[in-house]
Amino acid sequence: MNIPPSTGAALEVRGLVKTFAPGLPPALDHLTTSFHAGTITGLVGPDGAGKTTLLRTLAGLLQPTEGSVRVLDMDPFTQGDFLRDQVGYMPQKFGLYEDLSVLENLVLYADLRNVTGEDRERSFKQMLAFTDLARFTDRLAGKLSGGMKQKLGLACTLLGSPRVLLLDEPGVGVDPISRRELWRMVRGLASEGLTILWSTAYLDEAELCDDVRLMNKGNIIASGTPKELMDQMRGRCLHVANLKAQRREVLRKALHDPEVVDGVIQGANVRVVIREVGRFPDLAAMEAGPDAVLVEVDPRLEDAFISRLGGVHGGDSALAAVTKPVELPASIDPEAVIEARGLTKRFGEFTATDHVSFKVSKGEIFGLLGPNGAGKSTTFKMKCGLLKPTEGQALVMGLDLKFSPSEARQRLGYMAQKFSLYLGLTVEQNLVFFSGIYGLDGQQQKEKIHELVEAFGLRPFLQTKTVDLALGFKQRLALACAVMHEPQILFLDEPTSGVDPVTRREFWTHINGLAQKGVTIMVTTHFMDEAEYCDRIALIYRGKRIAMGTPDDLKGMVVTPDCSNPTMEDAFIELVLRADREREAKVSQ
Amino acid sequence: MNLSPSLRRLLALCRKESYQIVRDPSSILVAFILPVVFLFVMGYAINLDADHVRIGVLREDAGPAAVRFEQVLSASKAFEVHSGPSREALVKQMARGNLRGVVVIPNDFSIRMAQGQGKASLQVLADGSEPNTAAFVGNYVQGAWESWQQSLARDQGRTQPPGLEVRTRSWFNPSAISRNFLVPGSISVVMTIIGALLTSLVVAREWERGTMEALLATPVTRTELLVSKIIPYYGLGMIAMVICMLVAVFVMGMPFRGSLFVLFGVSTLFLGSTLGLGLFLSTVMRSQFNAALAALTAGFLPALMLSGFVFEISSMPMPIRVITRFISARYLSSSLQTLFQVGNLGSVQGYASIWLIALTVFWIGLTALKTRRTLD
Amino acid sequence: MLKRLFRLIVKELQVTAGDKKARLMLLVPVLLQIVIFPWAATLEVKNSTIAVYNQDGGPASIEILQRLTHTPAFERIIAVHSDGALQDSIDSQQALLALRLPADLSRNLQAGRPATVQILIDGRHSNSGQIASGYVSQILQATRSEHGVRPTSIVNIRNLFNQNLNFKWHIVPSLVAIITTIGCLTVTALSVAREREEGTFDQLLVSPLTPGYIMAGKAIPGVLVALGQAGLIVLAAIFGYGLPFTGSILTLLMAIIFYGLALAGIGLFISSISANQQQAFLGVFSFMAPAVLLSGFVSPIENMPTVFQWIAWMNPLSYFIPLAKGLFLKGFGFADAWPFLWPMLVIATCTLSISLSLFRRHIA
Repeated sequence: MNIPPSTGAALEVRGLVKTFAPGLPPALDHLTTSFHAGTITGLVGPDGAGKTTLLRTLAGLLQPTEGSVRVLDMDPFTQGDFLRDQVGYMPQKFGLYEDLSVLENLVLYADLRNVTGEDRERSFKQMLAFTDLARFTDRLAGKLSGGMKQKLGLACTLLGSPRVLLLDEPGVGVDPISRRELWRMVRGLASEGLTILWSTAYLDEAELCDDVRLMNKGNIIASGTPKELMDQMRGRCLHVANLKAQRREVLRKALHDPEVVDGVIQGANVRVVIREVGRFPDLAAMEAGPDAVLVEVDPRLEDAFISRLGGVHGGDSALAAVTKPVELPASIDPEAVIEARGLTKRFGEFTATDHVSFKVSKGEIFGLLGPNGAGKSTTFKMKCGLLKPTEGQALVMGLDLKFSPSEARQRLGYMAQKFSLYLGLTVEQNLVFFSGIYGLDGQQQKEKIHELVEAFGLRPFLQTKTVDLALGFKQRLALACAVMHEPQILFLDEPTSGVDPVTRREFWTHINGLAQKGVTIMVTTHFMDEAEYCDRIALIYRGKRIAMGTPDDLKGMVVTPDCSNPTMEDAFIELVLRADREREAKVSQ
Repeated sequence: MNLSPSLRRLLALCRKESYQIVRDPSSILVAFILPVVFLFVMGYAINLDADHVRIGVLREDAGPAAVRFEQVLSASKAFEVHSGPSREALVKQMARGNLRGVVVIPNDFSIRMAQGQGKASLQVLADGSEPNTAAFVGNYVQGAWESWQQSLARDQGRTQPPGLEVRTRSWFNPSAISRNFLVPGSISVVMTIIGALLTSLVVAREWERGTMEALLATPVTRTELLVSKIIPYYGLGMIAMVICMLVAVFVMGMPFRGSLFVLFGVSTLFLGSTLGLGLFLSTVMRSQFNAALAALTAGFLPALMLSGFVFEISSMPMPIRVITRFISARYLSSSLQTLFQVGNLGSVQGYASIWLIALTVFWIGLTALKTRRTLD
Repeated sequence: MLKRLFRLIVKELQVTAGDKKARLMLLVPVLLQIVIFPWAATLEVKNSTIAVYNQDGGPASIEILQRLTHTPAFERIIAVHSDGALQDSIDSQQALLALRLPADLSRNLQAGRPATVQILIDGRHSNSGQIASGYVSQILQATRSEHGVRPTSIVNIRNLFNQNLNFKWHIVPSLVAIITTIGCLTVTALSVAREREEGTFDQLLVSPLTPGYIMAGKAIPGVLVALGQAGLIVLAAIFGYGLPFTGSILTLLMAIIFYGLALAGIGLFISSISANQQQAFLGVFSFMAPAVLLSGFVSPIENMPTVFQWIAWMNPLSYFIPLAKGLFLKGFGFADAWPFLWPMLVIATCTLSISLSLFRRHIA
């Protein structure tokens, strides 16, 4: 195949405007940019910035309202037939055929992309190895876990050696191990001269790209290499270390400091970004304790992203402000608000969850982490009563979900992995419905809805159909619906999957606030920076609990002379690999 | 294998579609089991030739003639006679649907009979809420009465009044069994179900599950996409047709007088037009729920009501007769009826074929127009 | 808990009628069916064609032809001039009926001798053919009596409840049943499948609602849809088609509710055994098509073989259709309706409890 010279723009967009309906603001607003062959360009930006629209336009699936689009020097809309062989596009929701097996899906896309003979053999081998799906070639795609589906979808897109790859959030729902492999693979493709556009909500992913475009409101507001963007932030990123006080409280107060534009929890420390180099925040006002110190740390791309978008202000959760502190009945052990006792689930021969036990205490944020298909979701579903355990007990406030489900459920709130409110209803109808089925009515219901609408800024959208909401607002609405009845326990299943960092900050402000009010929270996530927010984490792999402890405990477990300061991601990967080695050692004995 | 890329894509898509058909128990149910059930119901349960109709007889007269006539009615295979104490009671029974008609033999019946012809009278009350059965009751009582009168006259040696004998012969279907025209008609309903109902869901499903966006990003062309939806369901339809024919001929003992070639041709054209209709609805609706309702309304119900196999098209008012022209099942139904009972007949199947071709072009053309390669 | 149920019902109705397309799909088919089917579904014979081979040409034959032209059953009379052409007219479906008047017809009738007339029916349409030949026989007998023969007897036929045997009076009440069947079944069966596909079902399952409430929250909207659609058709029947409504409205309401519940039970049963919308829809269909045919709508139940009669007695439509007719045409009160009401109630109880138990097991 002819590989074009690695100079010159492979993708070029000039004055691109895309309007979906008259009256609505354009999804793309006079956008001009170009992308070069042999590079990976990260496309980042908040929800509704126009990333997906740009990718769809480049893929020839949308007709530009104005402006010109050139892909490999052709117009993707009118000359699509010539281009589709050259362009691989992976939509956000890659539709696999659920009633076809893994291999059949691959064969289908190989045929569609005219990958035959030895080429096919070779790419299948490569794809199956990379996706770790070789064990599951005969399994129906519908029976794969969410992350495995995503990997298979990507594999189908990569077939047929395209010259341009358009990837719309390929990493959503994929665990860190697979993401690393995915990255390695895409990097390899780039070095062969492919032009790769990678839209992502994970800024750590974008950090690895050659080039980054930060989009907002249909246009590009910053571009450059990650290093350039990060260097602008040097000196502005600090750790507040040696905390005596509760780190959540410190974060909340830090975000009130006028010098601070962003802040997150990182292990035992609080990480802040300041407005200007040299103007430090007031440690005393944070009440961080006498030993607290500020330590400068390396900037991350996320810092640039957040500060470009104006930063995060105020660490107070309007939701927590309207939530009453949780009072548990005396009969309930505050150390075991949620408890799993030897929780086991078998599907036929297959054990999805294998004797998992843990206790979560009141006001704790407990994270459930694990690679795709490790049994994390199964465990989670048993905990909130969606699946009945084969063995063991799932207790919620001392009640067994098997025997008093209705009573127990009244006390828990649930937010699903996939957005699952009624898309056909308006925002208000959803709020009324979900408060109604939890028994709120009359004045009480009206007040609660009013409070939440104000807290989440949903007022302008009350009459909007939920399907038409931007993802960020959908997320807020989903959280609002989950906490309407002031649950004492909150179950969050990958709640921020695909959500941009700004919305994620806001989301965690609420979760932190709720935890401070004594709400017990159980969460699953693939974002390692989110794992840092957890008080304790259980790492699940192949159905078993392989590690449990605070984020710093887990990081501590993998400290080696080579790696003295491991990240959460390092810890995750190392612990999983360690479990693999132990298992293999056992097998070989 | 050395295939052109286009053919390879088409084959791949067809294979995918076939896997989906084979793995979904519901499509197997609809393609293989439902046709047989439907044919049996249509062939055995639906019987427009009323017999064993339950009627009530109120004999107010104890005279010999009245008793004899009641016996005549009882002996008739057409009726199942129940006697009752009073007119009110019998009419009430009729209102409740337990009787379809009431025959009243008045108290002066025997006396008047003795007085001679034309004097005695009978009263028949029929349940008009079932017009077909009501007409049947009326005609049969009338017929029974007349033939009884004639045989009486013969027995008494009186000269028979000169009769006008009407010899009725039912062509092709000598014993006028309704099954013989219901079965071909119901085959066309079954074929509509497979053609329109199953396919109405398939494109909408791809939109709902997001597989369409992924497909559109591959080199697949619009034609390949359309053809790949048509071929597998065409195959499924033909299998169902074979099953229907086997059941009709070998289980139900229907005659088949036409040629298999013509059958094949007409079925192909028919499937073309109904698959087109189903795909059109699916393409336009993009939601399975709505497409399903639309297919029911535009496919199944018209096939049942407007295809002319139960209800005569010529008896319908003009505007509705015009609508029936666009119902593919109408042409398959008439072609099959002729193929089963008469044979190949250019004027029937040829005419049907022309219309079916026109409808196929219409629906598939419309679908092609509505099939876009974009998400706008 | 009742308030929660109320919320479930309101939500279901909002989802069902939420977007314009869905609203149209609930309404337009109903309207189309009300407008078209009553005119189409008739077993009367009208506007058909008869082929006549008149070998006679005498006064009797001319009179017969004249009478034929005046019946609405035959719109067109084709004159043919050979036996072959006569057969041809049937074969090619030009004529439904073919009549041969023999050369000696007029002569024989006048002389008081017996005469024979031959009618050929297209066996492909033997039903309408027989009905049409009935009309022709009447004309022939009338002609004979004109020609000097007194009628042998008098049989007074009166059709109660529908004096003129108007087919619309038979079809429209049946349509109440058939159309609501489609609406109610799709709403109950497909909506559960749709919630499963969209993930909202999990959201309900983690709420304090018990399976019973979730089910009631699906069944009651189904009944409401049935009530709405049935109401529409009843209005169309009375004001559009001029049907009398002689029974009790309250009983009709009760009948629709019982029927709706029976259907909802079936719909939920289908939904609990199907994995997705496609299966649910095809399941609905596999139930509905035979149910309509075995309800006595097309041909009376007592004409069916015993096995089919058993099935028919388990079919809620078998009760609802005669009941609807009774309420329209026969002045049914509650007492008359009861024999039809209780079987529907029994069916509803059975189907609802079976699907509840399946529902419970499914959730586990």
